[in-house]
Amino acid sequence: MSTNTDGKFGDYGGQYVPEALMPAIEELEDAYERYVLENEDGFMDEFRRRLRDFGGRPTPLQRADRLSERYDREVYLKREDLVHGGAHKLNNALGQVLLAKYMGKERIVAETGAGQHGTATAMAAAHLDIPCEIYMGKRDINRQRPNVFRMRINGAEVNPVTVGRGTLKEAISETMRDWATTVETTHYVIGSVVGPHPFPSMVRDFQSVISKEARKQSREQFGGLPDSVLACAGGGSNTMGAFANFVDDEGVDLYAVEAGGSSLDVDEEKGVAPNSASLSTGGDGILHGARTKLLQDRDGQIMESHSVSSGLDYAGVGPELAYLVDERRVIPVNVDDDAALEAFHRLSQEEGIIPALETAHAFAYLHEEYENLGETVVVNVSGRGDKDLESVIEETSKRNIPNAPDMSMFQGGL
Amino acid sequence: MSRVPEAFEDGPAFIPYLAVGDPDYESSLEYVEALERGGADLIELGLPFSEPIAEGPTIQSAVVRSLEGGMTPTRFFEFVEELDVDVPLVCMTYYNLIYQYGDEPGPRPFVEKAAEVGIDGFVVPDLPAEEAGPLREACDEFDRDLVFIVAPTTRGERLERIMDQVSGYVYVQARLGVTGAQEDVSDQTGQSLDRLAQWDVPKAVGFGIKTGEHAANIVAGGADGIIVGSALVDIVAEGHENGDSAAEVADRLETKARELKDGALRGVEQRVPHPERQ
Repeated sequence: MSTNTDGKFGDYGGQYVPEALMPAIEELEDAYERYVLENEDGFMDEFRRRLRDFGGRPTPLQRADRLSERYDREVYLKREDLVHGGAHKLNNALGQVLLAKYMGKERIVAETGAGQHGTATAMAAAHLDIPCEIYMGKRDINRQRPNVFRMRINGAEVNPVTVGRGTLKEAISETMRDWATTVETTHYVIGSVVGPHPFPSMVRDFQSVISKEARKQSREQFGGLPDSVLACAGGGSNTMGAFANFVDDEGVDLYAVEAGGSSLDVDEEKGVAPNSASLSTGGDGILHGARTKLLQDRDGQIMESHSVSSGLDYAGVGPELAYLVDERRVIPVNVDDDAALEAFHRLSQEEGIIPALETAHAFAYLHEEYENLGETVVVNVSGRGDKDLESVIEETSKRNIPNAPDMSMFQGGL
Repeated sequence: MSRVPEAFEDGPAFIPYLAVGDPDYESSLEYVEALERGGADLIELGLPFSEPIAEGPTIQSAVVRSLEGGMTPTRFFEFVEELDVDVPLVCMTYYNLIYQYGDEPGPRPFVEKAAEVGIDGFVVPDLPAEEAGPLREACDEFDRDLVFIVAPTTRGERLERIMDQVSGYVYVQARLGVTGAQEDVSDQTGQSLDRLAQWDVPKAVGFGIKTGEHAANIVAGGADGIIVGSALVDIVAEGHENGDSAAEVADRLETKARELKDGALRGVEQRVPHPERQ
């Protein structure tokens, strides 16, 4: 893993935040070093115990029999969809909420895009008995109603964010504003490997349990390491989690699969990029506390991103991933909305696993490029797709997805 | 040479802020000029960024209006060139816009262009002292000031690191949180001013000031200047919503500016000798 005591990954990362947040960031840096890196007061022991008992870890590394047959190579699935709550997100949320308790904080705030991080944080906060408020873009609230209700059931407040287009980037900005007002009592549980140091490193460390297990399971199950690891990438938390323990294994190719959306072109006039492929197409810039790769116009204004998967719909990406891409250690690739939807249906039909639309991007890339991925491939199943069913019905109905079930029963009824 | 020190030469400085281009280019020119007529000693000109993480709802909305009206860094510089005011001007914006401007990466081209059109200094809310090296160098090269914000939570080594790099004035954030007009002006201000007393640089207090009385209290408490944004942006927003003419809105801004400036002047008379600040 890259070492980064100053919070930099090459030129990326850093701490570009308002002064009012700096003391909280410094306090968090100190807590990260003591509790996470040095296991003070047995923090990491308690974290691992709760991940096991509450979170259901370890998750299996499962051979995908029909995909292996279809692509004529060994395909293994790291089943993060089986983590409590249905996604890898709990690994980080549980770690940070527990850390907030160790730091003596009295309140949790978090942002959420698709709602996966919001539900994970709400669950962790209920589990650890600490009040929790989630900021979520108004548009995302409408796209992800079941997740919003899950947060409410767990006792979290959900604050709609109406500024801008009302998606993840506005929710992150709004949560930072809350935190700037309440730093003394509140911890901000950021949902991905983004934001100012120490968040990118800390979230990676909490998520790196994915690759720690997968690496060990690979050895046990097929006596070696995979030739490639595939993970979808939005902000990049499941990506870094799936890659972290393989970064030093030079024989393992690491593919970050981004949302190509409807097109990789950008509309400078409207400030819209109809994709979320910041690693593949973005430029160097500063957003939400870190220097990283971004979708921006030539002036540096942040673009509105797009993906059929709201969980990938973000104009930035974790600074460590940006660095690993520049170092040619991680290969950034992308697939479009249609390919992701097709992969969603394929995995559901052939393996009996309904994946999150985010996750489906990784499987779409597998489908397109399997010949170049070596003999043994591990795909990170970052989450399950129940939350996406409404979007999938809607998006499938308006396209020609050859392997989708007959959608005619829904016509006129949506 | 930066003209920022002139603002503090004759008593307390009244420093208004407006987002440039809110709600459109032409009206915005009139508004800024009205602030000078109302007694502004220095004007902070906001260059809108799409993700203004340090701003409350009032200024966020101003940013949206301005961006929708087509404001860009290039237009901003044209605006400053066209502006007919004699007071020092400070550009307030976010680091990505400074970083991306021009043909070479880094802040130098932005600072060079800003200096050319008559900007005297910069405030960059998302650029802490730790990351400010390149911008500080560019400011030194072109003789511009770099203003830093000091929060109520800024103490000890952090405070020293900031005060090593600051020039022009230090922006004392009156309370935690984001920008926005408030009913009460926090007593955190007095404590912040005490902590800053040992440094010989003007201290201007902002965040939450919206009346002449606030201004008087802040100056009486030892501030060398007051910074007012949201209370003025509110006037622009209201005029825009009601469809009032730019001239009417400009008059209201001038009146409000005069109230704030008069308040600041009154504050000087209300000052009580403070042994620690002598």
